[in-house]
Amino acid sequence: MKKFNTCNLIIIIIILGVTISGCATTARKAFEVSDSQVKLRSIQTRAFDSTDKKLMMQTVISTMQDLDFVIDKSDFMLGNVTGTKFLGKRVVTMSVTVRPRGEKQLLVRASAQCGIYAVVDPETYQDFFNVLGKSLFLTAQQVD
Amino acid sequence: MLRVFVSKKLYLIVLLCITLVGCAVAPKGFLKPTEGYLEKRQLQMRQYDTKDEEKIIVAVAGVLQDLSFTLDDSETKLGLVVASKKADARNTGQIAGAMLLDVMSAFGGTYSNVSSTVDFVQHIKASVIAKPSLEGNRIVVRVTFQRVIWNARNQINRVESINDPEVYQKFYENLSKAIFLEAHSV
Repeated sequence: MKKFNTCNLIIIIIILGVTISGCATTARKAFEVSDSQVKLRSIQTRAFDSTDKKLMMQTVISTMQDLDFVIDKSDFMLGNVTGTKFLGKRVVTMSVTVRPRGEKQLLVRASAQCGIYAVVDPETYQDFFNVLGKSLFLTAQQVD
Repeated sequence: MLRVFVSKKLYLIVLLCITLVGCAVAPKGFLKPTEGYLEKRQLQMRQYDTKDEEKIIVAVAGVLQDLSFTLDDSETKLGLVVASKKADARNTGQIAGAMLLDVMSAFGGTYSNVSSTVDFVQHIKASVIAKPSLEGNRIVVRVTFQRVIWNARNQINRVESINDPEVYQKFYENLSKAIFLEAHSV
C-alpha cells in the first residue's frame, strides 16, 4: 500500500511539474526572439525604387493571388496585406508590409508561416521577391 | 533478446527524429508560381470598360451579398472586398456510399460510423480586387475562392482553392448584370 502511494505521489508530481512548467515555457517560447532576428529581417525585406505605395500594394496583392493566396485583410495606411494559401493539408499565411524608405524607395517585408512554423528559408522569400520584381518591372534590392 | 530490444529502440528513436524533423521544416518552393497560373488568372480575372472604380467595388459587394456572402473586411483604397459564407456540403453520392459501408460492417458484426465523416458543412471565402488596368482605361476585377469542409464530427475534412470555372462564370455573370457592362476576358 505504501509503495502504491509513493508511486502515485511521484506520478502526480511529474504530471503537475510538466503541466505547470509547460504552461510557462510554451507561452514564453512563442515570444522568443532569436539572435538571428536581424538576419531574418534582412531575408524578408527588399527595397524597390518606387514611391507609389498604392501600386506597390496592388502588385503585392496580384502577386500573392498568382501564388494561389486568397487575400484575407489589407490596410492601406499600415501598408499591410495578409493572405492564406492551402498546401495540401497545410495552411500557409503570409503578411506583406509596404512602407516608405527615404524619399525614393519603398521597403517590402514579407513574413510567412506554414502551419505552426515561421518560414525562415531565404530561398522561399527570394522566390517571392523574384515574382514581385517581375510584376513591377523593378529589381528587388537587398537591404542590410 | 537484448539485441532485439536495442535495435527496436534505435528504430523508434530514428523514426521519432525523422517525424520531428519532418514537422519542423516548412516545404520549399511554395512561393514560386505553379505551371497553370496563367490559366488560373484567366479564370479569375475580367475587365470592364469603365474608369469608375467605386461603381465596380460597390457592385462587387452587392453581388457577394446576393450570393449570400457576409462581408468580412474591405479596403476600398485598394479596391479589396473580402467575404465569406457557410453552406451545405452534403453530397448524396458520398452519403449513400458511407451508409452502405456502415450497413455492411453492421452485417459483418463490426461497428463503423463512416456516415459521420462525410462532407457536411463548407465555409467559403471570397476575396475580390478591383483596380485600374495598366493602360488606365479599364477596371480589372479578380476574384479568388477558397473553402474549408467539415464533417458531422466537426473535424476538417479538407481545405482547397476553388478552381471550378462555372463558379467564376456565375460570379461574373451576376457582376455584369449589376453594372450593365459586358465582362472581357484578360
